[in-house]
Amino acid sequence: MASVDTTTNAGQLLAAASGGRRRRGDRVFSRMAVVSAVTILALLAGVAIFLLAEGAPALTASASELPGGESFVDYVAPLAFGTMLAAVFAAVVAVPLAVAAALFITHVAPPRIALTLGYLVDMLAAIPSIIYALWGVFVLGPAAVPVMEWLEGHLGFIPLFAGPASVTGRTMFVAGLVLAVMILPIVSAVAREAFALTPRRLQEGAQALGATRWEMIRMTVLPFGRSSIISGAMLGLGRALGETMAVTIILSVSGAVTFNLIGQANPSTIAANIALNFPESSGLAINALIATGLVLFAITLVTNMGARAIIARQDRE
Amino acid sequence: MESSAHSPVLAPAPSSRLAAGLGWRRRGVNTAMTVLIVGAFALAMIPLFSLIFEVAKRGIPGLSVEFFTEDARGVVGGGGAAHAIMGTLVITGVATVISVPIGIMAAIYLNEYGGDSRLRKALTFFVDVMTGIPSIVAGLFAYALFELFFGPGIRLGVMGSVALSLLMVPIVIRSAEEVLKIVPNHLREAAYALGTPKWKTIVKVVLPTAFAGLVTGVMIAIARIVGETAPLLVTTGVIDSMNTDPFNGRMQNLAVYAYNEYRSPGVMNQAAYDHAWAAALTLIAIVLLLNVAARLVYRRYKTEIR
Repeated sequence: MASVDTTTNAGQLLAAASGGRRRRGDRVFSRMAVVSAVTILALLAGVAIFLLAEGAPALTASASELPGGESFVDYVAPLAFGTMLAAVFAAVVAVPLAVAAALFITHVAPPRIALTLGYLVDMLAAIPSIIYALWGVFVLGPAAVPVMEWLEGHLGFIPLFAGPASVTGRTMFVAGLVLAVMILPIVSAVAREAFALTPRRLQEGAQALGATRWEMIRMTVLPFGRSSIISGAMLGLGRALGETMAVTIILSVSGAVTFNLIGQANPSTIAANIALNFPESSGLAINALIATGLVLFAITLVTNMGARAIIARQDRE
Repeated sequence: MESSAHSPVLAPAPSSRLAAGLGWRRRGVNTAMTVLIVGAFALAMIPLFSLIFEVAKRGIPGLSVEFFTEDARGVVGGGGAAHAIMGTLVITGVATVISVPIGIMAAIYLNEYGGDSRLRKALTFFVDVMTGIPSIVAGLFAYALFELFFGPGIRLGVMGSVALSLLMVPIVIRSAEEVLKIVPNHLREAAYALGTPKWKTIVKVVLPTAFAGLVTGVMIAIARIVGETAPLLVTTGVIDSMNTDPFNGRMQNLAVYAYNEYRSPGVMNQAAYDHAWAAALTLIAIVLLLNVAARLVYRRYKTEIR
């Protein structure tokens, strides 16, 4: 057997030395790899180009031609407001919980079960959005009605909870909470990675000086992970901005521009507006919806690139 | 470190009485924060368990043999989701066939050929950008692309697959790149020393070593897109009957099926809601199975690298 192997290898060596077939194989294969890489860049450029091409008719059309008889800016502005409101509310709820969950897994829970707990948090990311949406409208919504009534009664002086509280639970408050659950795993994953990388000498140094666990976390782990928390929060925000189904199903929309999270009249979001109206639209209405998609693309792009820039800067340090 | 700037703990206690007081407060704060952290984690887990419990509870009544074997053409309130299950398989399958070769080849480029080239840097950056594309925007892209060739209002199964590919490719690249990175260099060098051409080294040495990791990554990527709804609403449309041809006519997957049963329940409200929950339960089962299987594959088949 061994002798056979040696001869094949010798044969390969000869083939290699003679060039010929080997070089052609290498050329073909490396070209395939380069073509794949370029295709992906072209695909991404294609997304921007096709959306621009299909959205352009709505961007240049006059107000009277567009559905609803308002200019494109007037059409997209309340939607963009609703998108930001839902996403920011979701991020405000999710980030503290995600950071705490990451701290729990990396520094509080017994190391033996930490891996399993990590899987549990990751499972939140695996569940399809349609299921979150159904859960939100059938389970969380009704359960949140008394909470929203309490908020109206006790914190009604804050414009966010001005009320009157919805009795159906199909509010920005509930949609935002569901979005928060959906983005929690990504924020938590980024934070977890950074927390786990906190240099041991810093942690042990703090403990050697008599710091309690919380003081050790506050003085070493949190400062070390600060920029990761920020970038994770922005990644989560980007995810929430583009999330469609939860808002489409849960929110009862009216086009109102209001900060009131618990009322009956809620601003829609760009993504939900597309999902709700696209199937029944035609003509210029389609172009208008695609143009709003372009706006959403731009908003999420800026958010994500900001997050990546923070991560890149931190990696350099 | 800037952390040392605010560290009252490091200052020596002026007197033992004060130190004792501080100790009590510090212990209290420590306990309070620990409770808060544990509580926050528990709070974050409530939705997961509530969701799985509710989906199981509400999904089981809708499950029947009919659900898996019948489509819903011309039936009021009854019927099954066989067409949606078939749609899920076809749409996801085509998306996988598109995404996996291109994703793995791109990862090979990044890890084996890219070096320090500008193409490599651009690709790394834009793959990050791609992971952040909202799924509905991917759907709009596929629609805009196909509308150019087939005219307005076009709905095809393959359009959904193209949209899903846009979401799947970056996941495949990321995971493939990770596993190719951990294939040790001495394996490549040994192959080169034997005169093996580079492409053959990759195909016969690098890829087999990374195989388990590659399969795991692909399975996770499939699990991520199998339950997508939004991009399919604008690309594959809605249909009641069985269609297995992605290049001809409308198609829908289980997620869109669940959405439509919820959205337009017709006269028999409860039956439609039961269908929606049964579809949700089936989807969760598929996703969880894929995730568990991915981990098992990795554990069972990973190459021990020394």
